[in-house]
Amino acid sequence: MLLPEEIRLIDYLHGGFPLSERPYAEVGAALGLDEAAVIASLHSLLERGYLTRFGPLFQIERAGGQFVLAALRAPEDRFEEVTALVNALPEVAHNYRREHALNMWFVIGAESPRAAAEAIACIEADTGLKVYAFPKEKEFFVELRLPLGSGSATAGGTHGSV
Amino acid sequence: MALSDFDRQLIAATQGGLPLVVRPYDAVAERLGVSSAQVRERLVQMQAEGLIRRIGAVPNHYRLGFVANGMSVWDVDDARVDRLGEQIGALPGVSHCYRRPRYAGVWPYNLFAMLHGRDRAEVEAQAEHLRELLGAACRAHEILYSTAILKKTGLRLAKMGQNAPTES
Repeated sequence: MLLPEEIRLIDYLHGGFPLSERPYAEVGAALGLDEAAVIASLHSLLERGYLTRFGPLFQIERAGGQFVLAALRAPEDRFEEVTALVNALPEVAHNYRREHALNMWFVIGAESPRAAAEAIACIEADTGLKVYAFPKEKEFFVELRLPLGSGSATAGGTHGSV
Repeated sequence: MALSDFDRQLIAATQGGLPLVVRPYDAVAERLGVSSAQVRERLVQMQAEGLIRRIGAVPNHYRLGFVANGMSVWDVDDARVDRLGEQIGALPGVSHCYRRPRYAGVWPYNLFAMLHGRDRAEVEAQAEHLRELLGAACRAHEILYSTAILKKTGLRLAKMGQNAPTES
């Protein structure tokens, strides 16, 4: 279970993190915690698996890279084989099985659109299956704020002291 | 904008997470053999350029009890999809909301919104909310639930041979 101060900390960090010399102290000051308590909390949240990561969230697309969502229809009797072939590519960052005729959905992350296209061509050649690419044409929102505390999620608002 | 060698080093040094020490940027700087000010200045620039979305905590949805994960997909009138997409993206519980291409005869949906709930009933309730909001502009929709995570490693910058962080 999350402690109330852990919920407050996670919630606060949705708004950003300072780029100052002692950022944990700064976060602590805003929340009425001392520096050591903030560091210990984050350590514990990561260790207990409530957080998967704490650090800079990079958007490689701003540096010319590309993420492409893609899907294919893997025959059930070949599902494991196709999974292994798809996952073997280092460019495949995530891969999910989903309940649909298009039953395998994965994200290609590459340093350039050309590299992403090559990865897709490679998967088609390896599996013999058609890959449907779903590049984003427009982005509306990309961050979830889970309603941990009050039961209602909120969006937007930053307090990063950059 | 291409990544400089320093950028790559900075990404490599922080992709696993920011050090949990009193002076985290000093710790990164020490690893890279540069000054703390250089690290912080470049991180500030990267945020301004959008190369860093923010410095923050990535929650584990599953561990936090949000175990139902549905990719809701909608066939929305092209003339209205952008305005409606903005409204849907702002709803609580929605993440990763995008307009994407259709495939004639295979895939009619052009709006994708990831929904997260503690169970499928919560996801369905959110989807119902979206359906009402889309109204007559929406011709059809489906929710594709994930039933297995087949891979989740994050982006790998091939030239670096190391994992880099990606979308949460």
